[in-house]
Amino acid sequence: MTESIAREGVATQTPSKEALLSVTGLQKHFPITKGLLKRQVAAVKAVDGIDFEVFKGETLGLVGESGCGKSTTGRLITRLAEPTGGKITFDGSDITHLKTGAMRPYRRDMQMIFQDPFSSLNPRHTVGAIVGAPFHIQGVKTEHGVKRAVQDLLKLVGLNPEHYNRYPHEFSGGQRQRIGIARTLALKPKLIVADEPVSALDVSIQAQVVNLLEDLQEELGLTYVVIAHDLSVVRHISDRVAVMYLGKIVEVADRESLYSNPRHPYTVALMSAVPVPNPRRRASNQRERVLLTGDVPSPIDPPSGCRFRTRCWKAQEICATTEPPLVVREGDAPGHQTACHFPVADNEEVVGRTKTA
Amino acid sequence: MPAPDAFLDVRDLRIHFPTDDGLVKSVDGLNFKLQRGKTLGIVGESGSGKSVTSLGILGLHNKRNARVSGEILLDGTDIVSADPEEVRKMRGRRMAMIFQDPLSAMHPYYTVGHQIVEAYRVHNNVSKAVAKKHAIDLLGRVGIPQPDRRVDDYPHQFSGGMRQRAMIAMALSCDPELLIADEPTTALDVTVQAQILDLMRDLQEEFNSALIIITHDLGVVAELADDVLVMYGGKCIEYGSAVTIFEEPEHPYTWGLLGSMPRLDRGVTNRLMPIKGTPPSLINVPSGCAFHPRCAYEPQTGGRGTTEVPELVESGRGHLVRCHLPVAERKRIWQEQVRPKLEAGS
Repeated sequence: MTESIAREGVATQTPSKEALLSVTGLQKHFPITKGLLKRQVAAVKAVDGIDFEVFKGETLGLVGESGCGKSTTGRLITRLAEPTGGKITFDGSDITHLKTGAMRPYRRDMQMIFQDPFSSLNPRHTVGAIVGAPFHIQGVKTEHGVKRAVQDLLKLVGLNPEHYNRYPHEFSGGQRQRIGIARTLALKPKLIVADEPVSALDVSIQAQVVNLLEDLQEELGLTYVVIAHDLSVVRHISDRVAVMYLGKIVEVADRESLYSNPRHPYTVALMSAVPVPNPRRRASNQRERVLLTGDVPSPIDPPSGCRFRTRCWKAQEICATTEPPLVVREGDAPGHQTACHFPVADNEEVVGRTKTA
Repeated sequence: MPAPDAFLDVRDLRIHFPTDDGLVKSVDGLNFKLQRGKTLGIVGESGSGKSVTSLGILGLHNKRNARVSGEILLDGTDIVSADPEEVRKMRGRRMAMIFQDPLSAMHPYYTVGHQIVEAYRVHNNVSKAVAKKHAIDLLGRVGIPQPDRRVDDYPHQFSGGMRQRAMIAMALSCDPELLIADEPTTALDVTVQAQILDLMRDLQEEFNSALIIITHDLGVVAELADDVLVMYGGKCIEYGSAVTIFEEPEHPYTWGLLGSMPRLDRGVTNRLMPIKGTPPSLINVPSGCAFHPRCAYEPQTGGRGTTEVPELVESGRGHLVRCHLPVAERKRIWQEQVRPKLEAGS
């Protein structure tokens, strides 16, 4: 019961929200060239026409398996990669094809947290230099000097400000991730794109960093796009979640709506695959699990129509010919969009476990 | 020597590495037993000694830079004191390992089939043709489509999940009685992970082998393990059946692991309950209980936590805990404080 109330609450809230970032038809095709003249013979369609919005103050989770284009999407919206099609609007202005110089003022407002805290910090720079770099690059004047600003940032992320002169190798993985977060926060950005922010960390440290991200959001009114493959972490941290498969968004909804009532067969399969830490439910988990057969098709030559059809147990002829649009399906909460011709109904018998070997 | 009652019996295993910075005690007094057909899950964070233990069981530590002591009895044969040549013959034949990253564990220059054939022919005096047939057979059994064609593919032509299947096929080539899987699904996507876990379960039933699964993912442990061993700072800090560890854990570290993990089978928690601090360095293991600097209940031990190493004591049937807190107190804290918070979301 509480769940349905929560869902209604979110649903009525959503339309009043203002979009900070909106993306339409976003595309990134990496060319495959051949021969001396670098003739383009094909393209890896990493991101192939996606639309979504990120509202001010919310956290959008982007989930999917490796190769689905979630990281590329993150790099496109922060403009670390050049989109080959579509449009990105950030805070009211079109930033799709801005050049490096023109992009620079916007970089203050959008920052990125990277996955690997070992390769994202320069080993030859002190923590002070790393966290202070954004001030120098952007030419931002700080009230009491850069050092003081950096120390305040270190305190904010739970590090000792006296460690200003230490080098990254003197810190553990979790602490390094905090240094990365401090650097991200230096210029008080509006949007933070976090690409797998906790997946390289130990379980107990993951929880610390997740809590830190939540505290900072509340304190500083940040907007997050969190890219992750761990469905339980994404559910914990996100307000809304978008599921990607082979360069497309297949389902997007409020967290409660998506996790309690997944409509796209891929989302259903993905969720049923997550191991549940309850040994007593082992047998029933196995029975309920939807086992996908085969592998994800190549993004160079994706299947026609619906891209999931080659692995979907509900696929019919129309799936091969017509690509299903990402729209709200009958009976779903507003904002719960699914790209499927035959969405999974609430009480539907899902084709059970199929033996692989 | 008296007949051991378990298929694998590890007694007081210590694996120390002398380094320039001091002695690293990666594994420091580990005891456990494992029967045929059973699965043991070893859980711990990085540096807790879980992978070093698995390499130790396979006898893969170089005597020049590792000091291994204690006993590892595999069906009565001690691996620690055995002649390296003898251990080499056992490896692959009686015990085998599935590694975390199949891309780096397979040789990129040789075909998948070649590598399985090689492993099989080391231990069996058969012709190449017979071995290849065996390899095709195995690849088919682990669920690789068109095994007769894929046997001649190179590792890079396989996807991540298929590579892991091929690794499992290789590990199974000589029907080992003991199979050790070190983070077998960490590098894989969840849907592929589910397939691999199912495959491992089915194969274990078929071969009745003893399985040790090493992981940091409590979900994977809950799916596979009969018994669970929680490691911290090179020592076992809690041991029990999977149901006990998940439903009546008694060590504050185990509570912390459970509280750190968001769960899909429960309602959304507002806040995770992480363990403060970071895992210890194995050169300077904290005095007394290695977990005391991170433990919220350390003040309740009356100072013993910082000075005295707690013993691994039985607190229930087959449930061992290494903690200074009195048993009744631990059970009370779990029931009254920790568990309600963990279940708050549901």
